[in-house]
Amino acid sequence: MPSTRDIRRRIKSVKNTAQITKAMQMVASSKMRKAQLAALAGRPYAVLMNQVILSASKDSQDFVHPLMEKREIRKRGVLAVSTDKGLCGALNSNMGREVMKWDKESAVFVAAGRKAAQFITRTKRQLAAEFLYKDAPVFAEARAISKTLQQMFLKGEVDCVDVIFTRFVNTLTQRVEVRRLLPIGETQKLLNETTLTPQQKAELEQRATPSEGGLEYLFEPGAEQVLSAILPHFLNFIVYQVLLEAKASEHSARMVAMKNATDNAKQLIKDLTLEYNKLRQANITKELLEITTAQMALG
Amino acid sequence: MANTLKLEIVTPESKVYSEDVDMVTLPGIEGEMGIFPMHVPLMTQLVSGEVGVRKGGQDFFLAVGDGFVEVTSERVSILTDMAVKAENIDETKAEADRQRAEARLAEKLDDEEVATVKAALDHSLAQLKVKRRHP
Repeated sequence: MPSTRDIRRRIKSVKNTAQITKAMQMVASSKMRKAQLAALAGRPYAVLMNQVILSASKDSQDFVHPLMEKREIRKRGVLAVSTDKGLCGALNSNMGREVMKWDKESAVFVAAGRKAAQFITRTKRQLAAEFLYKDAPVFAEARAISKTLQQMFLKGEVDCVDVIFTRFVNTLTQRVEVRRLLPIGETQKLLNETTLTPQQKAELEQRATPSEGGLEYLFEPGAEQVLSAILPHFLNFIVYQVLLEAKASEHSARMVAMKNATDNAKQLIKDLTLEYNKLRQANITKELLEITTAQMALG
Repeated sequence: MANTLKLEIVTPESKVYSEDVDMVTLPGIEGEMGIFPMHVPLMTQLVSGEVGVRKGGQDFFLAVGDGFVEVTSERVSILTDMAVKAENIDETKAEADRQRAEARLAEKLDDEEVATVKAALDHSLAQLKVKRRHP
């Protein structure tokens, strides 16, 4: 039977925890708003870029850019995007589960975010490189990651590159997704269907089907130059978008996790207070009883 | 037959512009080009400079950075890393940016940094050019 003092101590410690989780929730929610806006703002650009690449690659069939080259797949490269810190619900363990699905022998990992790197080394998988990205991802960070991936692919160290990341759907839902990054051409699916309006989807489909006769693109200065300029940029941008989505997911997940923690702590405090009051009441009754019995014995 | 063009200008941060217009002029990598409706499908690189838009007999201008342009018979899509409307350009800020970028260029930098600073310089130059020509 705990004494009233024990319970009082516990209430105090739970209260402190609740204060901390509450503060973290506030911080996460303000960061979340910014990250969500950034992630959503980048989508039109990604959609348009995607359309341009689609049209470009289908009308320049005589020229295959090295980044679009399809090879027999022996070695796979995987970019795993996670958070740096924990306390964000099931986000990282969901990603970890996806990582586990890859074959240990043939997959080479590149990690973005500390948790992914830790997970990959702990499960004894091959880690080729590790990157960190800030709370507000900047384009230069994405460029560094994408450059590494491109080099791995061009040197033939890997025959394809996929990315595992959490897509931000809304504040309550973040979904782990796996997308093909390289060779480009299969990247079209990188854009989630849900992010597109029906009209955009129709447009995309229309562009994906081969053009009939007249609609052949002119390239200035030439297909080769335009594609060599646009493809690396496209990849950089996709990686950037992935980082933004991951950040938005992280902050949303953290906010929800912290909100749950705060709510739980509050409930706990309520229960403990009830127990404390009961115990206090019982003690008083007991003491009163003792006094009256003593009185009666004396009288 | 379509007699207007749908002009779309998007940057990684936002969709800057999306409207039906009569004519577009833009700085391509091989020189300035003017585009009317029913243009032949074309794809080219964009260099930083000035995009001119004519709509309903009125002209207005934007400063743009590097990027890509896709032209079809009824649409012009511009993907760029910067796009600012002439009336939104802050001349003093652009001038300060230009000076800072030029000062940075004088320092010793690696290739990556040079590219970033050059891009910043191009952005401010394009803004200044547009602003000074169309005050």
